[in-house]
Amino acid sequence: MTTTAQQDAPRVRTRRRRSSDRGVNRAFRITATGAGALILAVLAAVAIFLVIEAWPSISAGSETLAESISWFPEDANLLTFVGPLVFGTLLGSALAMLIAVPLAIGIALFISHYAPRRMAQALGYVIDLLAAIPSVVYGLWGAIVVTPVVQPVWEWLSSTLGWIPLFAGPAANPARVMLTVAVVLAVMILPIITAVSREVFLQTPRLHEEAALALGATRWEMIRTAVLPFARSGIISASMLGLGRALGETMAVLMILSPGAMYSFAVLQAGQQQTIAANIAAQYPEASGLGVSTLIATGLALFVITMAVNMAARAIVARRKDFSGAN
Amino acid sequence: MTATTASPQPAAPRSDRSDEVRKALRTVDTGRRRKDRAMQVVVYVAFALAVIPLISVAWTVLSNGIERFDWYFLTHSMRGVFGGMDAGGIYHAIVGTFEITLGATIISVPIGILTAIYLVEYGRGSLARSVTFFVDVMTGIPSIVAGLFAYALFAVFFGPGISMGIMGSIALSVLMIPVVVRSTEEMLKLVPNELREASYALGVPKWLTIVKVVLRTATAGIVTGVMLAVARVIGETAPLLITVGVIDSINFNLFDGRMMTLPVYVYRQYSQGYVPCNDASAVCIPEINFDRAWAAALTLILIVMVLNILARLVSRYFSPKIR
Repeated sequence: MTTTAQQDAPRVRTRRRRSSDRGVNRAFRITATGAGALILAVLAAVAIFLVIEAWPSISAGSETLAESISWFPEDANLLTFVGPLVFGTLLGSALAMLIAVPLAIGIALFISHYAPRRMAQALGYVIDLLAAIPSVVYGLWGAIVVTPVVQPVWEWLSSTLGWIPLFAGPAANPARVMLTVAVVLAVMILPIITAVSREVFLQTPRLHEEAALALGATRWEMIRTAVLPFARSGIISASMLGLGRALGETMAVLMILSPGAMYSFAVLQAGQQQTIAANIAAQYPEASGLGVSTLIATGLALFVITMAVNMAARAIVARRKDFSGAN
Repeated sequence: MTATTASPQPAAPRSDRSDEVRKALRTVDTGRRRKDRAMQVVVYVAFALAVIPLISVAWTVLSNGIERFDWYFLTHSMRGVFGGMDAGGIYHAIVGTFEITLGATIISVPIGILTAIYLVEYGRGSLARSVTFFVDVMTGIPSIVAGLFAYALFAVFFGPGISMGIMGSIALSVLMIPVVVRSTEEMLKLVPNELREASYALGVPKWLTIVKVVLRTATAGIVTGVMLAVARVIGETAPLLITVGVIDSINFNLFDGRMMTLPVYVYRQYSQGYVPCNDASAVCIPEINFDRAWAAALTLILIVMVLNILARLVSRYFSPKIR
């Protein structure tokens, strides 16, 4: 890329290149490129330092871990310790997605195709406000306001639908359970899913929509035949971005959930599941030495999971950009 | 079917037949219309459902927090406050939040802006592609992992158990850099190419063109982006809980010892729960910790909202009018 190899060549083109790439110009270009490379370095550093600090725990035997860490379960190794946490994380996020994705699509459709044009921007801003609220406030709100409100609903769910393992009773009181967490998580990830889907819905080619309407489609039929197929990959990637958020959310889970360490689907009972992030935050203040190392190892697992989800989401978005023809 | 025969003759005199066609074209059979209506209701309900939590959060924080939210609360720390004493405030947390966020901003803004410049003005080939991709991926790093990273980084160099404000700044900057890059990149792309070409035509070198023309044109947008990024990280709790810890006194030094921050303060007060009041002679409020948590949450939300509104105002009133 640089001119060193071409410096002696007498051709005009190289001379022009050289004259435009020296002194401050060159320094500036190198600084900017360095900043770009630094981003990659930071991401690599995150992985490397996490591995360095997690290594003592990864390499230690299960007896050593159980001996030196007070909260480490007996006759478990690192994998059997992380397993239930991964399960809890995935369960909570999956439930949150089940609640949030349909809602978010509805909201995005409302803003892009139903609301009056002048109102749409203001409504988008209202939804963005949801994203601006700090997670700890959601935690506080979830633990103090939502928990008592949903408790009777969960009670009813467990008594009527208790035969489904998911809703197996008895419903805990207070409702510090995974389903409450999922509701709060859903509220937290709504804005990002809505924002991305809204952008994609608005990109639907006007001609497709008008063609559908001209063929006599109602508004809903137009949306189903023109907007949704066009936006499918956009919705998928938006949902995965939301999933990435939900997987890593700490405070709401920490403040609401009554933790346990089981592979349990009973989302209405207390003391069943726990997520990786909340477990780290809960155990960290009392951990030392190998304990911290073990927590960092679980953090590494979370890092890998969210990385995979995000990369998949971004790859879908990138592929869509290549093929859609409507940028 | 009838539509195709009717429509090519718009000039024909209006007959009963064309009125009929019009009517047939405008009405849809009941089943489909009903479905359309139903979906409309569903979409409206979805939006209403999303507004409920927003109103609920805003209302509960305001109504519960306003009680203790006063000048005393803002200007006193928690030093020497215990039990159900009717005292204590968030001064130390405000100091900590301010310094740590400022530190994170100082770290991430130059890196973020330079990276955006690289991507827009220089970026070609595989490095630029991978930077774009990984900036996107980086936005998805869980905040607690950023905290663990900052801890791991300092633990490798300074030994385990270390805790100081700058670690929090580093953790937050990991979360902040991608946001700054993204927003700055968008703003730089909006700068019309004609401006750059005009500058080159006058013989201005590229770096000076970027600094004096491109960046200057995009300043308002970049400031908006940075403020939104600050608003986003100022409420982060988990990374600060891990790296900076908790403390009851005021600590102004970013490079020595624990600091308190507003979000962590909210969590700490909440987790302390109700105070048992046994001594009837002393002033004791059982729910004092929750009151403080709500008031601190109110402060936090106010800061975030003010930042958001300021950012929108900056972008509205200071951005150059292009076209």
